[in-house]
Amino acid sequence: MALEIVYFAWVRERMGMAAETVELPAGVATVGDLVRWLAARDERGARAFAEPQRIRAAMGGAMVGPDAAIGDAGEVALFPPVTGG
Amino acid sequence: MIRVSVGAAAIDVAAEYAAHDSGGHGASASFVGRVRGAGGLAELFLEHHPLLTERGLVALAEEAAARWNLAALTLIHRVGAMAPGDTIVLVLASSRHRAEALAACEFLIDRLKTDVMLWKRETFADGRVAWVEERGSDRARAERWD
Repeated sequence: MALEIVYFAWVRERMGMAAETVELPAGVATVGDLVRWLAARDERGARAFAEPQRIRAAMGGAMVGPDAAIGDAGEVALFPPVTGG
Repeated sequence: MIRVSVGAAAIDVAAEYAAHDSGGHGASASFVGRVRGAGGLAELFLEHHPLLTERGLVALAEEAAARWNLAALTLIHRVGAMAPGDTIVLVLASSRHRAEALAACEFLIDRLKTDVMLWKRETFADGRVAWVEERGSDRARAERWD
């Protein structure tokens, strides 16, 4: 299944891109699975996702936790904790 | 009654307040957040999500309107490059009496810091660039409203 992943702030910088479309391998069912898969995929992913506890995610317009099922979301955003205001 | 906006234009606090208070509300509370220039900061850049940042602000404004009896609510967040002294965020909340306006204003700025997709990047005069880290004290303040 094709999934669009969008990156923000230092996650975007470490990945070297703002977005990509990936084919999800079998076994990647949740946001946490996706982060672990990206961390293991290549050197950029290893740098961006070395500390999964510092990664936040949004799907379907709302913030979600690592246990959220990706299902047929189509797009997942991955980013550091927010710092607005 | 509810006005929310996200944009790169400078925030004109006086003009926004005049638009917000055109009804002459009994009590109005405001919060103005500005770029601090300490430590040799040259530029503050606010990164945002083209869609979800505004949606997050709207959701917070609607939650405030549901929790308190408000006559008017304005929530404006600037994005992009800013200089020390620039206004980053403006919260205006009005009600018949002060308690609800004050509580809504505090709720909005506390929750905005933890719930809305915005990221600060600092550039210093000596060339250093650093993303601002999440503060535990901000999280604790936001959680008081759960």
